[in-house]
Amino acid sequence: MMPSTTVAIEYQHVCKRFNGANYNAVNDVDLRIYEGEFITILGSSGSGKTTLLKMTNRLLDPDSGDIILFGENIRDVDPVLVRRRIGYAIQQVGLFPHMTIAENIATVPKLLKWDKMRIDDRVRELTVLVGLEPDEFLTRYPAQLSGGQQQRVGLARALAIDPKIMLLDEPFGAIDAINRLNLQDELKRIHGGLKKTFLFVTHDINEALKLGTRVIVMNEGRVCQFDTPENIVKNPTDGFVESLIRSCREQERFW
Amino acid sequence: MELIQFAQRNHGLLLRALSEHIQMVLIALILSVLLAGVLTIVAMFYKRVGTFLTYIFSIVYSIPSIALFALMIPLPGMGLGRNTAIAVLVLYNQFMLLRNFITGLNGVDPAIVEAATGMGMTKAQLIYKVRVPLSLKPIFVGIRLALVSTIAIAIIAAFIGAGGIGLLVTIGLETGNDNRILWGVILAAGLGIITNAALVWVERKIK
Ligand SMILES: Nc1ncnc2c1ncn2[C@@H]1O[C@H](COP(=O)(O)OP(=O)(O)OP(=O)(O)O)[C@@H](O)[C@H]1O
Ligand SMILES: [Mg+2]
Repeated sequence: MMPSTTVAIEYQHVCKRFNGANYNAVNDVDLRIYEGEFITILGSSGSGKTTLLKMTNRLLDPDSGDIILFGENIRDVDPVLVRRRIGYAIQQVGLFPHMTIAENIATVPKLLKWDKMRIDDRVRELTVLVGLEPDEFLTRYPAQLSGGQQQRVGLARALAIDPKIMLLDEPFGAIDAINRLNLQDELKRIHGGLKKTFLFVTHDINEALKLGTRVIVMNEGRVCQFDTPENIVKNPTDGFVESLIRSCREQERFW
Repeated sequence: MELIQFAQRNHGLLLRALSEHIQMVLIALILSVLLAGVLTIVAMFYKRVGTFLTYIFSIVYSIPSIALFALMIPLPGMGLGRNTAIAVLVLYNQFMLLRNFITGLNGVDPAIVEAATGMGMTKAQLIYKVRVPLSLKPIFVGIRLALVSTIAIAIIAAFIGAGGIGLLVTIGLETGNDNRILWGVILAAGLGIITNAALVWVERKIK
């Protein structure tokens, strides 16, 4: 099952407590993610999923513990450089309202000073990839798109430079069931098996089990279980994971 | 009637007062915006400096303008005349400009700032690619408020020999010429109102 033995992301006893809080938003997370894995992260609201992602690209720094990306402790790397190596689709999408869709998607290639031809080609390619018609959408502004369309642009923007590590925080939250299935397949294809490492947060258990090579289940800042989808379903390690699986089964009973 | 006759006889005088005034105001405004722009950028990198500057300039802003003119005259390089007047106007404007600039730049939707930062923009790139274009409105409001108040305060600058519309009023007072005083008031009020109306119109054009 392990696609590689190269460790892409290693969390070493990572803790984070926000100012004024009396609990750890992320509590002693300690795990290794290998290159090429597609990790999905499940967990109730407030369980620390977003916080964990933000520490991975140094939008936040842990209070204790270390995060190692491809053997390099990111504490020692300029945050700007860390972020440019990592694709990040934020939960609130956060498109730039003063830029067209094309300019939004081109943000990181422009920061890296790609030449214009290469940027234009890449922007069109990505637009098609996330299921939008380039001629129709590229010149529009974010306010002229539906929530789901904006999310797809957010995904395209994060994918722009084809980074080795992608952090995706509920990128399909506002997308309807049919398009969601298509995008799931598309994302799986983009992931492509071996070279890229994805961290994908979702509230949809089926999505997590379908996409993940391994699944992280979080509760109250802790990792309850980190295992393959099969093992999560067959041997839930604690009450929380069990109740999660049960709630999902109960939903399906309605069919 | 008498007013119109006065204007016909003295249109050279009135026009010169008006153009001197506009010149003084424009120079002061340009310098004010440049200084406030630089200070705002410093404030974006060092939050405390921003808080401190806003505080200092809020005190300056609360000093009556005549007192501030009087305070500046003895300073080296100042003295009577237009330069001192412009320096005072620039100092006055800093509060209004800084407050609008800083709150505008900081008021950008945090999700947008997070997305930009997360993609690897430096702090400077974040300012000029994201914060400034998304704060055009508050920036412009600050400039409009500063401009209108500069037009008014510049009238008082005539007391320290800076010329402009204020000179009509001061000479009018000295010589007991009511027409001069009235024309001074009309020009000042007219300039202020027209400028404000024009800028409000432009402001609506900005999203
Ligand atoms: N900037 C912040 N300041 C203070 N507390 C915060 C901040 N961001 C998050 N928290 C707190 O940290 C905890 C974890 O939040 P986080 O956003 O990581 O949850 P999440 O698992 O992503 O939830 P959701 O599924 O709702 O997105 C929550 O209790 C939250 O209230
Ligand atoms: Mg979240």
